[in-house]
Amino acid sequence: MYRYDEFDAKFVAERVAQFRGQVERRLSGALTEDQFKPLRLMNGLYLQLHAYMLRIAVPYGTLSSRQLRKLAHIARVYDKGFGHFTTRQNLQFNWIKLVDVPDLLSELASVEMHCIQTSGNCIRNVTADQFAGATPEEIEDPRPLCEIIRQWSSLHPEFVFLARKFKIAVGATEHDRAALQYHDMAVQIVRNDEGHVGYKVMAGGGMGRTPYIAHTMTEFVEREDILAYLEAVLRVYNQDSRRDNIHKQRIKILVNAIGVEEMRRRVAREFDEIKRMGTLQLPLEELARITAYFTAPKFETLSDEMPEGGAGFADWMKTNVHAHRAPGYAIATISLKSIGQIPGDASAEQMDALADLMDHYSIDEIRVSHEQNLVLPHVKKRDLPAIFARLKDLDLATPNAGLITDIIACPGLDYCDLANARSIPIAQALSKKFADLSRQHDIGELKIKISGCINACGHHHAGHIGILGVDKKGVEFYQLQLGGSGAEDAAIGDIMGPGFGEHEITGAVERVVDHYLKVREPGERFLDTYRRIGMEPFKNVVYQEQLYAAHAG
Amino acid sequence: MPLMRVEAGRASAADDNFATVADDAALPDAGGAIVSLVRFTKDREALLARNVPIGVRLKAEESPELLGADLDRLSVIVIEFPKFRDGRGFSWARMLRTRLGFRGEMRAAGDYLYDQIAYLVRTGFDAFETGLTADDFNRALHEMTNVYQPSADGKKTIRDLRSLKP
Amino acid sequence: MAKAQEPQMITANRLRDGEVLYWKAGDWVLALSEGEVFTDPKTADIALAQAMNYVTENKVVNPYLFDVKVAGGDIKPAKEREIIRAKGPTVRGEGKQALGAFDVSL
Repeated sequence: MYRYDEFDAKFVAERVAQFRGQVERRLSGALTEDQFKPLRLMNGLYLQLHAYMLRIAVPYGTLSSRQLRKLAHIARVYDKGFGHFTTRQNLQFNWIKLVDVPDLLSELASVEMHCIQTSGNCIRNVTADQFAGATPEEIEDPRPLCEIIRQWSSLHPEFVFLARKFKIAVGATEHDRAALQYHDMAVQIVRNDEGHVGYKVMAGGGMGRTPYIAHTMTEFVEREDILAYLEAVLRVYNQDSRRDNIHKQRIKILVNAIGVEEMRRRVAREFDEIKRMGTLQLPLEELARITAYFTAPKFETLSDEMPEGGAGFADWMKTNVHAHRAPGYAIATISLKSIGQIPGDASAEQMDALADLMDHYSIDEIRVSHEQNLVLPHVKKRDLPAIFARLKDLDLATPNAGLITDIIACPGLDYCDLANARSIPIAQALSKKFADLSRQHDIGELKIKISGCINACGHHHAGHIGILGVDKKGVEFYQLQLGGSGAEDAAIGDIMGPGFGEHEITGAVERVVDHYLKVREPGERFLDTYRRIGMEPFKNVVYQEQLYAAHAG
Repeated sequence: MPLMRVEAGRASAADDNFATVADDAALPDAGGAIVSLVRFTKDREALLARNVPIGVRLKAEESPELLGADLDRLSVIVIEFPKFRDGRGFSWARMLRTRLGFRGEMRAAGDYLYDQIAYLVRTGFDAFETGLTADDFNRALHEMTNVYQPSADGKKTIRDLRSLKP
Repeated sequence: MAKAQEPQMITANRLRDGEVLYWKAGDWVLALSEGEVFTDPKTADIALAQAMNYVTENKVVNPYLFDVKVAGGDIKPAKEREIIRAKGPTVRGEGKQALGAFDVSL
């Protein structure tokens, strides 16, 4: 993984000192809250319902054991003993004190971590496939490009006061595990007809109040031109976006307003100019230099046989273990969705234990997935049974990756100042309702995603079943959406109709699932059935049976 | 409004040799004048005929491209920040310095923060309407020693510095 | 602006650590149950104006009035959001439920 040199270290250290000064000026009143807010947001610090929330950057979801230990330490010393992994591969702490933040940032800097640009109207964490560097599916590891983009975008003087936030993802596989098409901008590593590797760039995707799927800006851009192209898109966005209505200031709105063709034209014009100037050319030696940091560990020659394990191992293998490009190795998903627990949360003890596990089995990296689970990318198959047993002790071995209880949920009204309704209790209730493992396997792949408000941090638009929490006259209410997808077959879920109360929503979801089970054809996932039969049958079943239940009850 | 100039990374207080003229006010008899784009467009002939330096004050939504070929006749361009959150001025400044090759004075005005000074200088501003001191400016300019990406100031990037190392 | 006839209280977040606070007689307390309830909108507005002084003094952030229901000596916020702010997250017990010694210093 990337290691800081003296320049990176100095950059982060100076940034910490800068923020220390800003906090002092805020406490003394030299900065008002209105002036301080964008400054603290650009260091990942929110004021939430109960306390400050700090969002720590986990670049392209990659952590070392040393970094994981530091996060555990921070959870214990500065917070209440746990952290929350997010839908952008970052980590959040919910109980931070403003006065502690400068020291906390210093501690993070000591392990090459920071909170720069994890919030605010600027370029955010660049995300990627959690299986990067390990999956046999990829053209190449997307993370070197992520790192190059990360550096280019760090305190970019032109783009630190954009109209709104700007999220970038990079993909290198056909099967999209990073929800590229829902990003403000995405880069897909591709091969052209001559077999030459370059980049496809998409822009204008986004969740939120008005979700959009991204459009292709260019089918192919040469490696050395990629930064010039990305800068062209950002420049057009910064210059031409609206600034009069906060709900209309993402790039998706701009692309939709002027049209894809016009957007491409403006970007192409800017791109040509930047290329002519030559200052943003990415030399192939530089790309190679960064790529060298991401060289995979030396893989031993090992038997590719899958070992036997103890009770539950076979079930865990079915869902949580994926093929690795090296024989004798596997990718293991650590579920942070044990039945009835808070999705995406990990305690300090769990983090420390995972760091120990990594060291013991010589696994250099752990990954955060945008679906709020953790991944061990390079695991020797022969070590899997022992690792599974250890994970079981830690309540981290739930065999539900990709199944219905592998739910994504934002923190919601329990924590977030922006929320209209709680999302975590809904996730917990659904998790318990569908806990039976054989039922889960019968249902198969079904992604439930829950957001506590229209900002869609729970990615509900991309849920096979999406749930949106709203405020209906001071009471929590939940809207159901069906048929969304964040994969390469990206789609925005359709709203079913009138919403449901807190005690009705789980029943409604169950009726949807039961109907799927009743009408599906062989081999169909829920999403496939939905695409075949549409909303009407589900809608009828859900509302009719609800009506029946209401009359009978 | 007091003026600050930044040259070669150092700030110093300066005199404002221009009068900023409201749209409905008469032009001064002598001396440089800064007018809005609206006024410049309306009184263009008269303004260019005067044998004194002219400047144009742009609003956040006004692209410098609107000045067209007249850019060569201008000594100063002022870019307004209506609210510090509105970062369009950074792109306009950069456009003026690079694509449009503007070599005159470029002033930042309006609601910008101390914490934006470094970015303003990087994108090409060399003068500032401000109530802050030169010390404030110099401190702001030295908070971050190095930069990762090129901008209008031509400052060497971290990648440049890395390649200089043996 | 205070609304007529509905009981209200004032809340804010402490600047230095984000802790939820409730207004009581010119100062702040940590527990909702100890906070001041306003039944008269004019008094509520005067108190809110006083609370704003703590903003200028950089002690608290964003004071505002919110509705409560009073029944038999028990105060309960009208909205879910304020119930959660007063009691802590419903999914864990680490918020105000877990409060030990009250540190009210600003």
